[in-house]
Amino acid sequence: MQFGIFTVGDVTADPVTGVTPTEHERIKSMVAIARKAEEVGLDVFATGEHHNPPFVPSSPTTMLGYLAAQTDKLILSTSTTLITTNDPVKIAEDFAMLQHLADGRVDLMLGRGNTGPVYPWFGQDITKGIELAIENYHLLHRLWREDVVDWSGEFRTPLQGFTSTPRPLDGVPPFVWHGSIRSPQIAEQAAFYGDGFFANHIFWPTEHFVRLVEFYRQRFAHYGHGAPEQAIVGLGGQVFMRRNSQDAVAEFRPYFDNAPVYGHGPSLEEFTEQTPLTVGSPQEVIDKTLTFRENFGDYQRQLFLMDHAGLPLVTVLEQLDLLGEVVPVLRRELDARRPADVPDGPTHEALVATSLAAAGPELEVSAR
Amino acid sequence: MTPRTIAVVSTGISQPSSTRLLADRLAAATSAYRPDGTQIVTIELRELAHDIVNHLLTGFPSPALQRAIDQVVAADGLIAVTPLYNGSYNGLFKSFFDVLDPGAITGKPVLIAATGGTARHSLALEHAIRPLFSHLRAVAVPTAVFAATQDWGSADSSGDALTARIERAGAELAALIDQRQPAAAVDPYALATPFDELLRSRGA
Repeated sequence: MQFGIFTVGDVTADPVTGVTPTEHERIKSMVAIARKAEEVGLDVFATGEHHNPPFVPSSPTTMLGYLAAQTDKLILSTSTTLITTNDPVKIAEDFAMLQHLADGRVDLMLGRGNTGPVYPWFGQDITKGIELAIENYHLLHRLWREDVVDWSGEFRTPLQGFTSTPRPLDGVPPFVWHGSIRSPQIAEQAAFYGDGFFANHIFWPTEHFVRLVEFYRQRFAHYGHGAPEQAIVGLGGQVFMRRNSQDAVAEFRPYFDNAPVYGHGPSLEEFTEQTPLTVGSPQEVIDKTLTFRENFGDYQRQLFLMDHAGLPLVTVLEQLDLLGEVVPVLRRELDARRPADVPDGPTHEALVATSLAAAGPELEVSAR
Repeated sequence: MTPRTIAVVSTGISQPSSTRLLADRLAAATSAYRPDGTQIVTIELRELAHDIVNHLLTGFPSPALQRAIDQVVAADGLIAVTPLYNGSYNGLFKSFFDVLDPGAITGKPVLIAATGGTARHSLALEHAIRPLFSHLRAVAVPTAVFAATQDWGSADSSGDALTARIERAGAELAALIDQRQPAAAVDPYALATPFDELLRSRGA
């Protein structure tokens, strides 16, 4: 089981102090947060990708490349990489380069993006979002697996005799998650390729995502990648902790009430009841997170959103210290409950081992 | 045979409300033209007002709002009644239909009705409310019912009186429901097109 954090990378005024960080401060705070994640024993840091204010992470592989040099164990990922508006050729190149620099500590989550103007800014049409995701990923998938690609499609210029360099590390492409909050087509895409499906259920009721994840699991089995229980599932989460539950609620409430995404809407109490948000003691976070497994089955990756709504860096780092206490408990509980034939979270080493095992008999034959 | 259902969406703001009074009479009139029996589900948007605004802000419905949406989507027919504000539907009424998924009430028979202070505003049903349901691709019956304050005190001797209009609209909705197959539940988690077809359509 892998645990980590994902960041949107928004520059938001602290509603308590009124202070808005500069872009430079926000970028450096993301670096500090990622380093802290490794320090407290988390497995994954994932950054969003945005191309409009008030967000800073327009260039994820630049940031993750820097983090690769600053960390030793952390898996560097995205949440999400825009498969609709980025050129799949550039995604193939950028992430393969990052994978080499990070010695394999890289995967990525693909998403369509929901900011309308980004599509025309990058020469695309939002009404073709699903079609772009399907065509672009199919090309990306081939670029990482075929040394020479001939290709033509609707959305980019054709390729003749194209080789994407560098080739993936050890011949194994970075693991891909497909993120979606609504579309069964994306769950279907993840299932078709045997890739991971990340259900970012932090803003929506569980019931909706239970059905989406179940659909993905059934289709994963349909396409012959294993049993439904063996499909690779990631989930979101959102927590704010203090030792004393009431302290957590009192401190977080002004951030909740003014948060860009859900502020001025439902009450903190309604939101915590209806979504995975947990505001309380570390034990409450443990209890709530364990219900995810009951709802979704054994899963491979849990990412928490920790740096948002204008929370100051010092508070986020304190939260990560507390998360560092919570995660070992969750890891022990969830690993103990996961059957032996259900895979653990994907790592480069595991994918290399699987690839060697698959190639094994053939190598023996050719040796004879 | 399971009875056909009609969802009544009433946007009465005061309690008691003439909008609800009109909604109930329209539901009763429609039922009277359906001898096989009709199940009526009434949704008071006032009770869901905060949930509707929250849905606009967060993108997801509360459990209570989800139940109301499910009832509307699953119904064989819809009776939609709003008070007129500034010559159009009130904001709460519009917001409820704004949070429905695209296509949620496509093809659904709808009886549209409104209440207002004077009959001078009655054409708002034709220039504001009917176009809303055209946009939603619902099928509004020809007779739209407007009840002005004055109507509640009028005798029913003339053919244009409120009761006659309610009867005519109810008969139209009942006939439209009877012409149609029962509303089929749409599973938003089911995929119409398998992936290899999605991929083939890309020429890949």
